[in-house]
Amino acid sequence: MVKSTIPPMFQVVVDKEKCRKCKRCVMSCSYGALGFTDRVVPDDKNCVACHRCVAMCPENAIMINESPLAYRPHASWTVEHRQGILKQAETGGMLLTGMGNDKPYKIFWDHLVIDACQVTNPSIDPLREPMELRTYLGSKPDKLEFETDKNGQPSLKTQLTPNILLETPIVFAAMSFGSISLNAHRALARAAYESGILMNTGEGGLHKDLYKYGERAIVQVASGRFGVHQEYLNQGSVIEIKVGQGAKPGIGGHLPGEKINSEVSQTRMIPIGSDALSPAPHHDIYSIEDLRQLIYALKEATNYQKPVSVKVSAVHNIAAIASGIVRAGADIVTIDGFRGGTGAAPTIIRDNVGIPIEMALAAVDDRLRKEGIRNQASIIAAGSIRSSGDWVKALALGADAVVIGTAALIAMGCRVCQKCYMGKCTWGIATQNPQLTARLNPEVATERLKNLIRAWSLELKEILGLLGVNSIESLRGNRERLRAIGLTDSEANILGVKHAGE
Amino acid sequence: MPASKTKKTGKTITIDAKGVYYRELNHSIRTALKAGGKEFHLKNINGQRYIGDGLVGRDVRITIDGVPGNDLGAFMDGPTIVVNSNAQDGISNTMNDGKIIIHGDAGDVLGYGMRGGKLFVRGDVGYRVGIHMKEFKAKIPVIIAGGVAGDFLGEYMAGGILILLGEKKKNEMMVGDYLGTGMHGGVIYLKYSDDIKEDRLGKEVAVMELDDADNKVLDKLLKEYCQDFRMDYDKTRQQRFVKLKPVSHRPYGKLYAY
Ligand code: SF4
Ligand code: SF4
Repeated sequence: MVKSTIPPMFQVVVDKEKCRKCKRCVMSCSYGALGFTDRVVPDDKNCVACHRCVAMCPENAIMINESPLAYRPHASWTVEHRQGILKQAETGGMLLTGMGNDKPYKIFWDHLVIDACQVTNPSIDPLREPMELRTYLGSKPDKLEFETDKNGQPSLKTQLTPNILLETPIVFAAMSFGSISLNAHRALARAAYESGILMNTGEGGLHKDLYKYGERAIVQVASGRFGVHQEYLNQGSVIEIKVGQGAKPGIGGHLPGEKINSEVSQTRMIPIGSDALSPAPHHDIYSIEDLRQLIYALKEATNYQKPVSVKVSAVHNIAAIASGIVRAGADIVTIDGFRGGTGAAPTIIRDNVGIPIEMALAAVDDRLRKEGIRNQASIIAAGSIRSSGDWVKALALGADAVVIGTAALIAMGCRVCQKCYMGKCTWGIATQNPQLTARLNPEVATERLKNLIRAWSLELKEILGLLGVNSIESLRGNRERLRAIGLTDSEANILGVKHAGE
Repeated sequence: MPASKTKKTGKTITIDAKGVYYRELNHSIRTALKAGGKEFHLKNINGQRYIGDGLVGRDVRITIDGVPGNDLGAFMDGPTIVVNSNAQDGISNTMNDGKIIIHGDAGDVLGYGMRGGKLFVRGDVGYRVGIHMKEFKAKIPVIIAGGVAGDFLGEYMAGGILILLGEKKKNEMMVGDYLGTGMHGGVIYLKYSDDIKEDRLGKEVAVMELDDADNKVLDKLLKEYCQDFRMDYDKTRQQRFVKLKPVSHRPYGKLYAY
């Protein structure tokens, strides 16, 4: 192969004074950015800034800088465009990337502020008073009917459909075993189980070792139907039909053969080393009626015991699409915004297709309310929830719960290097290489995930307290408690919020 | 909504499904199954969906009079279903194990993501049959159709065996366009015909002659098929077959710049 002429993005600097030549950094780098002769020799062009070497160095001897190499500035022909073209000219392939959209689109969470009580409406101290974060996912009845027996004892007449309890309104994002390691899957499953939330298997099935956490899992059914069988469907407490993903709306998934080792092959039920292709559409879904058919096929298969979720990407007509999904019989609609993460997506699609979750969520909640069917399904919002601040705002815009994917990965050690698609994750997350997966201790990762959920939930309680409410239900869909800063009238209008000062 | 009428004679549980909504019907079947029932005879079936959906157990047998609705045997894991007439779309959707025998024609999207068991259709099949079938080790799903097939046969197929006997009732194409598009595993055996033309195949597949191993597979499966439909095995087997196989199991390996 011809040597690439693309200049490196980063510069690895090893402090000769501090380095004691222990080679830990060299061993930790799976990208080939560090070699050793009689000293550590960096190869800058292979560095992805994953920070593994920095974290491993006992002497703090490594510094990674953005390459100071000057490009003649050009506002239109940015360095990224120029580098992309060079790479494509060299390879003829589509540019791939991992993680969510990294382009500087307006982030609406950062233009929303939260209300607080002052003087006339006292706030509540969450340290002294109980705060209810519990959330039930699933369809709620239009009305409740009661009957009384001959002794005058009332009882509920309305037949309720299954609902799943979340101790706090968060679920882990759909990340398949295959795209991430078994240790990472294990940590997510266990942390969800122990925190009373849900993990999502993604479309790669659930490893048999993790069946014991199944009651806290959303089991996904995607177009490739990998690892889907009766036992798997029975394991989970929610079944999710994956139609779309925020990072790559309208296109399928593709797990390259290199990642299909024996464990992944067993769980997905496909031969070792073969490509796992999830086609763009489900080839049996071409209409809302077809979607209804699959929803009910799954409900029949599990005896109407489990809520069925349908996950779609946030796209232009999301409100109408969500309405169709609810009318098709889904109990949960999961909407994934265009900043949602991925293990692998063509960069051009990740960065240019779809709409922000804030807009999509507000539009869907509005539409379902106006149509009088909001109770028929829970809404789960996904796509770059970065802190409990974003979480609170999502709940106020109408979400029943939010999804955290990237945040969960970061909690486990991910440094958002965006190279997940290469399968060389130095943190043992997005890889199947046994030497690398061994770096992720599932016990430690479980604790870290639980810590994150706990920390955010404490913050959520504080915010409920300052809002003067003691239950998440009083915040949900309550856009009056949000104000916009720096948004246009039409943006604020779509979000259904007033401007600050109004 | 009339409840289904269930009757037990000997071991067989007979259910009269006339005017019964599918939820009711399938509920009755599941309830009887739980109570130990194994043999079912469903009468007056008229488009009820999801029969056999998610049912488990190799010793369960369901005989159907009338035309069952979509998603017959979806997610099914073990039972045998015999349909004495035509059937509709989505049969054997993501089926794991078991056997479905259709004595007439069947519709579109049969065996989507099917990973085990058998689907035998005596007559024609529609569009998108065997899409995304897959196999794992000894678990190899099989679809055999006696008549002709529509477009997209075996699309995205990742494993399993599809056999088309191609018996024509009128002057028509034996198989539709886009045959084996995106196929990256498994095998399709077709009765040899002029209808199999290069420009109608997916670019991922090639037509090849059978080898000994193929012939053994065909012997065994066609024997079973002919027995189920009381057909003349020798006559069926005598015909010339060709096979369609993917040229690469990594058809999408070179799309990306890493
Ligand atoms: S880990 Fe640090 S001390 Fe060890 S060889 Fe690398 S730079 Fe030197
Ligand atoms: S999961 Fe690993 S490869 Fe992916 S962004 Fe995080 S650190 Fe990088």
